[in-house]
Amino acid sequence: MGNEPAHTVTRYDQELDRLRGIVARMGGLVERQTAQAIAAVVDQDEEAAIEPPELDTEVDALEREAEMLAIRILALRAPMAVDLRMIVAVLKMSGDLERIGDYASSIARRAMKVEPLDGAFSFSPLRAMARLVQENLHKAIEAMVENDSTRAMEVWNADTAVDELYTAMFRELVTYMMEDPRKIGPCIHLLFVAKNLERIGDHATNIAERVYYAVTGNMLPAVRPRGGAARKDAHKDS
Amino acid sequence: MSVEVQTETVAAEQTVTVAETEKDARPIALQVRDLNFYYGKSHALHDISLNFPERSVTGMIGPSGCGKSTLLRVLNRMYDLYPGQKATGEVIFDGQNILATGVDLNVLRSRIGMVFQKPTPFPMSIYDNIAFGIRLHERVSRSEMDGRVEDALRRVALWSEVQDRLSSSATAMSGGQQQRLCIARTIAVRPEVILLDEPTSALDPVSTARIEELLDELKTEFTIAIVTHNMQQAARCADQVAFFYMGKLIEVDSTARMFTTPREQQTQDYITGRFG
Repeated sequence: MGNEPAHTVTRYDQELDRLRGIVARMGGLVERQTAQAIAAVVDQDEEAAIEPPELDTEVDALEREAEMLAIRILALRAPMAVDLRMIVAVLKMSGDLERIGDYASSIARRAMKVEPLDGAFSFSPLRAMARLVQENLHKAIEAMVENDSTRAMEVWNADTAVDELYTAMFRELVTYMMEDPRKIGPCIHLLFVAKNLERIGDHATNIAERVYYAVTGNMLPAVRPRGGAARKDAHKDS
Repeated sequence: MSVEVQTETVAAEQTVTVAETEKDARPIALQVRDLNFYYGKSHALHDISLNFPERSVTGMIGPSGCGKSTLLRVLNRMYDLYPGQKATGEVIFDGQNILATGVDLNVLRSRIGMVFQKPTPFPMSIYDNIAFGIRLHERVSRSEMDGRVEDALRRVALWSEVQDRLSSSATAMSGGQQQRLCIARTIAVRPEVILLDEPTSALDPVSTARIEELLDELKTEFTIAIVTHNMQQAARCADQVAFFYMGKLIEVDSTARMFTTPREQQTQDYITGRFG
């Protein structure tokens, strides 16, 4: 991909570079959105909850820009082989990144609604999950920017842990709600936060799959390793 | 909360190649084995081994001077027309090495027909352009000849355009029509293999599309080898594609695989426009 020799037509290289630049920028933005949204929840930091929804507009605009440019290159350059794979991957990855931005915004918007649980309920499982998701997202974006299929494979294999943590947290929250129905409201918000995090992890995995395909030309198996009780059809709403 | 995390990892061997297709089980119509070709002292083709599966289209691509047209000319011994040219190795067709001495070249060229880059209508009527080739190889009655001419023109979708002017000169036809006439002339002698050397490079896009559509129909009956400079054309028409560079066959594979996931860096550089 980026490590290939230059095209005979210089403008073609410039267009592909621009396309890569757009998704790299999207990657940076959604990482930031995710980090702030998580901080907003686990540290109950009201300030941190402000920016993620604001950045969403920019992420959406970049997605449209990536899409327009990709269509333009497909139409005008008739890309082949590694170029074709990269453009198709970008089209899909920009969609994944945009969704990650949405989930991060959604987490940020719920941040203060879980406040009543603060102190009474340990956020440490959520912290653990958030750390894993952030790590995976970061690696996925690195793999994307550096065309690193080995790293992509690592991300793809690592999501199981996130699924396991989500399932455990789900059980714990259900128990908590049964014990104290007054906490059902904040608990449900927290459950959504966890679910959104889990979805971010799934999209990071999707990005890893696209990178792997773009770089190697091979597709990772249709069914990826998933944590214990996580639903088999979880891909459907991705 | 302690969670036991079990991580199954997936190894690279389990990945799936998208364009991987089942091996074509078609019989081989033409088999090139260890072919070397020389224009005098210049070594133009190096150890080429390539199969042309029956009733399918093999596209041959590569930069100018890579040897693809040379190979095409070896396949019906067109090179015999020029002195100082020599081929070694084998081209097996119908159980016989066509490079061997004693091969009847007239018969060979009726079984392996060729269409060139520029339309080459003979300066005679549309009817006679087609009848001429048939008469070279067979003695047929007037009524049978009429039938053969009509059949050939119908197959190249030219009949409705020319049926009222069969006796007018072929040279007055449009370029696209002339090229279809040349294909009609080639198939009228009922060959098994058709070789096409950049058959659409002198044609407009509409005529080109017609020829490509025609190839799709002809491959149900004939084995086709096409040399083209237009990669999109190879992608559109061919079932398998062979990439040549500097007289060597670099890679041959199914068309989908070649254009999405070529194995060789040189192929990738060429088809993505990163060459020299």
